[in-house]
Order: sequence, then C-alpha cells, then structure tokens
Amino acid sequence: MVLVYLSVIALIPLAAVVSRSADAGLGGFWDAVSTPQAVAALRLTVVASFVVVAINAVAGTLIAWVLVRDEFPGKGIVNSLIDLPFALPTIVAGLTLLALYGPKGPVGVNLAFTRASVGLALLFVTLPFVVRAVQPVLLELDRDMEEAAESLGARRRTVFRRIILPSLTPAILAGSALGFARAVGEFGSLVLLTGNIPFKTQAASVFIFSQVESDDVTGAAAVSVVLLAISLLVLLAMGWLSRRAVRNGG
Amino acid sequence: MARLALRFTALAYLAALLALPVGFVFYRAFEHGIGTAWESLTTPEAQHAFWLTCLMVAIAVPLNTVFGVLCGLVLVRQRFRGKALLSAAVDLPFAVSPVVIGLALILIYGRNGWFGGWLADHGIQIIFSLPGMALATIFVSLPFVVREVAPLLREIGTEQEQAAATLGASPLQTFFRVTLPAIRWGVAYGVVLTTARALGEFGAVSIVSGKLAGQTETLTLHVEDRFQAFDLTGAYAAAVVLALMAIATLLAMNLFKPKAETS
Repeated sequence: MVLVYLSVIALIPLAAVVSRSADAGLGGFWDAVSTPQAVAALRLTVVASFVVVAINAVAGTLIAWVLVRDEFPGKGIVNSLIDLPFALPTIVAGLTLLALYGPKGPVGVNLAFTRASVGLALLFVTLPFVVRAVQPVLLELDRDMEEAAESLGARRRTVFRRIILPSLTPAILAGSALGFARAVGEFGSLVLLTGNIPFKTQAASVFIFSQVESDDVTGAAAVSVVLLAISLLVLLAMGWLSRRAVRNGG
Repeated sequence: MARLALRFTALAYLAALLALPVGFVFYRAFEHGIGTAWESLTTPEAQHAFWLTCLMVAIAVPLNTVFGVLCGLVLVRQRFRGKALLSAAVDLPFAVSPVVIGLALILIYGRNGWFGGWLADHGIQIIFSLPGMALATIFVSLPFVVREVAPLLREIGTEQEQAAATLGASPLQTFFRVTLPAIRWGVAYGVVLTTARALGEFGAVSIVSGKLAGQTETLTLHVEDRFQAFDLTGAYAAAVVLALMAIATLLAMNLFKPKAETS
C-alpha cells in the first residue's frame, strides 16, 4: 500500500519525465541540453550553487558555533530564526529580498536582475542546512580534548583546525549536500528577484519553466533529467566524502 | 574579543539575510496604512486564494501523515529486499526541483500525457484544475512525516509492542494504544513541517495550475500575480499573511521539537 501511494504520487510521474526526455532519442536529448541557452542556465545553476554552498558552509558553521558556545540575550529567538527559510514560502523569500536589495530599496544597493541576485536568493534558502547539521554535533562534542590540547600549549586556532573541525567535517558535508540539492532545484525565490534574463540570470529551473510555458515539453524533460542527475550525484558524492571523513577522523 | 567578533559576524549575517528583509516586507505592506493592506486582502481573488491554500493543506497534510506513519512502520519494522531503495525513493521530493515535479504531473495527466487521453475521454480534468494542484502539493510535502517518525520508531524498539501483543492486544490495539502515543510528538513535528511546505509551495503548483485568478490561484501564486500587475501593496500584504503563517509554523516547531527529540 505504501509502495502504491509512493508510486502514484512520485515515482510514476518522475519516470514519465525520464521517458519523455528519451523520446527524441539520444541525439535529440543531446540537442535539447546543449543549446546555448540550456548550457548557460545549467552552468549558472551549478556554479552559483557551489559558491553559495561554500559560503554557507563557512557562515553556517560560524552561526552554529555562536549558537552553541556563546551566551547572549535573545539567543533563543536567533536560534528559531534560523529555520525561517524552511518555513517561509520561497516566493515570499524572493519578494522580501527584492524589497530590501532591489530598486528603490532603502539600503541603496540594487541587486535585482543581476547574477548576484541569484546567489542572494540561494544563500537565503540554503542557510539552515549546515547550521542544523553542525549544531547537534557541536553540542555533543567532548570538551576534554580541547582543554587537553590547550593545556599542552596549542593555540585556539590550532585547536579549532586540528581537533574541532575534523569532528564537524562530516556534518558540514552532509548539510552542504542537502543545501546543494536544494539550491540546484530552487525556483520560487528566483522568479521575482532575478528577472530571468537568458544567458545572464536565468537558472536551470526557470529555464525549464519557460520551456514548459512555450510547450517544448520534451526539451524541458531533457534539462530536468540533467538537473536530477546533478543533484543525485552530489548527494551521493557528499555522502561518500562524509563517510570517508568519519573513517579518517574517528 | 574574538568571541564578540564571532558573535557580531554571525548576527550581522543573519540580520542582513533574514531579519531585515522579512521585517522590511512588513513595513512595506503597511506603509500606506493598515486599511489599504486590509482592502487588498479582502478582494475576492485574495480571499479565494487564501481558502484555496487552506484547502490544499487540508488535502495534503492528512494523506501524507497517514502515509508517513505507515511508511515509517514499513521502513523500520519490516525486512525486505529493496528497503534501501524505498528509503531513498521517499527522499526524492527533497532532491527534485518543484518545477520538475510540475512537469512530471503534466507528462502524466496533461493533454498528451500517459493518462491524458483516457482522462479527456471521461471528461476528467486534472491539469489546470484543483486535482493537479493537490497532487503537486502532496508530492512536494511527502517525506516530512516519514523522516520524523522513522528515527523515533527505531529508538523506541519493539519491547512494549511485544508485551502488548503477549497480553492479548490485537495489532490495531497495539498500534493505537502503544506505538502511536510513543511517536506522537514526532508525528506532530512532521505535520508542522508538512503544513509549512504545503502552504508555501509555488513552483510545482505554478506549472500545473494555469494560474486563473479567483479559480486556480493559491496564495503564493497570488503574490506573484499581484507583483506582476504592479499592485505592490497587494503583493506585500499577501506575502505578510504567508510570512505570519510561517512564523506561526516556527512557533509550533519550537513547541514540538524538544519533545520530539526527547520522547
């Protein structure tokens, strides 16, 4: 019964995408995904996702650190604020960023319709992943080793690099993998903010959307399959990396 | 000093990325007065969009909750070949772009889709109408309850269930009197996450709905529609309603999360 529900809701429709992408044969598939516009969109999505995930790996670890090791008034509120990008509808996320960092925004920077706006939207929606992956590990971390290292004369920087970071690496990688998969498929927050200019700010998901709108369903399916493959590949690769980090660090 | 610098950097990043933008939308929605914002929320289209969003949640959440608990039981309590595959398949909606989900539904139920011909012959319309939007919402919010329930089931083990069974409880009694109470906070947390995802769905619904104002427009689609029509107050006001729903979700998450983790 579980299997039937899952098949009807998710598996059969996804199988239809894969099968449709193969409709025009391998040559047709290649033609659809190698048009300049498709290549530009896919490249933008992959590059932007990597950059954003790297930034949030650092920022997320930093935030998790502050939330676990630091004490300040209002920490509880900040902690629940982290989940806001999970709870906030993506279209609202795009609109809020546009209101503040768009034309006529009060801060005087206009990022709307630039490549930076793609990054900005993706930074917003992928923020919680690394924080939420690192936080529990940091909480469980034994302070004894750190104290031992410090009493032996290690500097704080060394303690962080040699003792804390290795235990956090699997969590950082796992969070980054989820964030990357999310960034690759992101759509709602990009629609209003980036202007979807082909070759400049049009991400792969938006490109697929425009193809569906113009009735090129086979082309859309082909690009979808590439997108699916990328996010599955990254999920697998990061899983492998983090298992390796567990072996080496543990 | 280093501690303060770290704290400041983290908080500044969060403020610039999360707090300020969201706070500013509240300001924008009400800058022409509460009356104007209220008017744009009480137009027939906005009202319809609001109730349609509620309807989508009312359809997707119960179905995915029942599925989530059943699937969690199957994944944790049963042994069979391909279990790892099933587990990975449940997570698929996390890895698939909403746009691709919308496209997938069109390829199945659309005019030229796999079941499109049969559906058209029988006068059933799924794409560009409510059933398609409901299917899209169910798809995107599928994994949440499973992912919360499965670890809890693994943790509580089967001792109590076996004890109940030896005392003569039927499987159904065991489930409702022993298993369900033990996992209830996990289920509640999963339901909150499912609701948040269903409320906010945009990409998949945007493809399958046809976006007819007053007919197939959910609240998220309404935000886009108002924005494209240069009705900024309308867009911001609807966005604020959605943001308030998101904040309510956050509060509910905080309420259930500690219990889900310690129960």
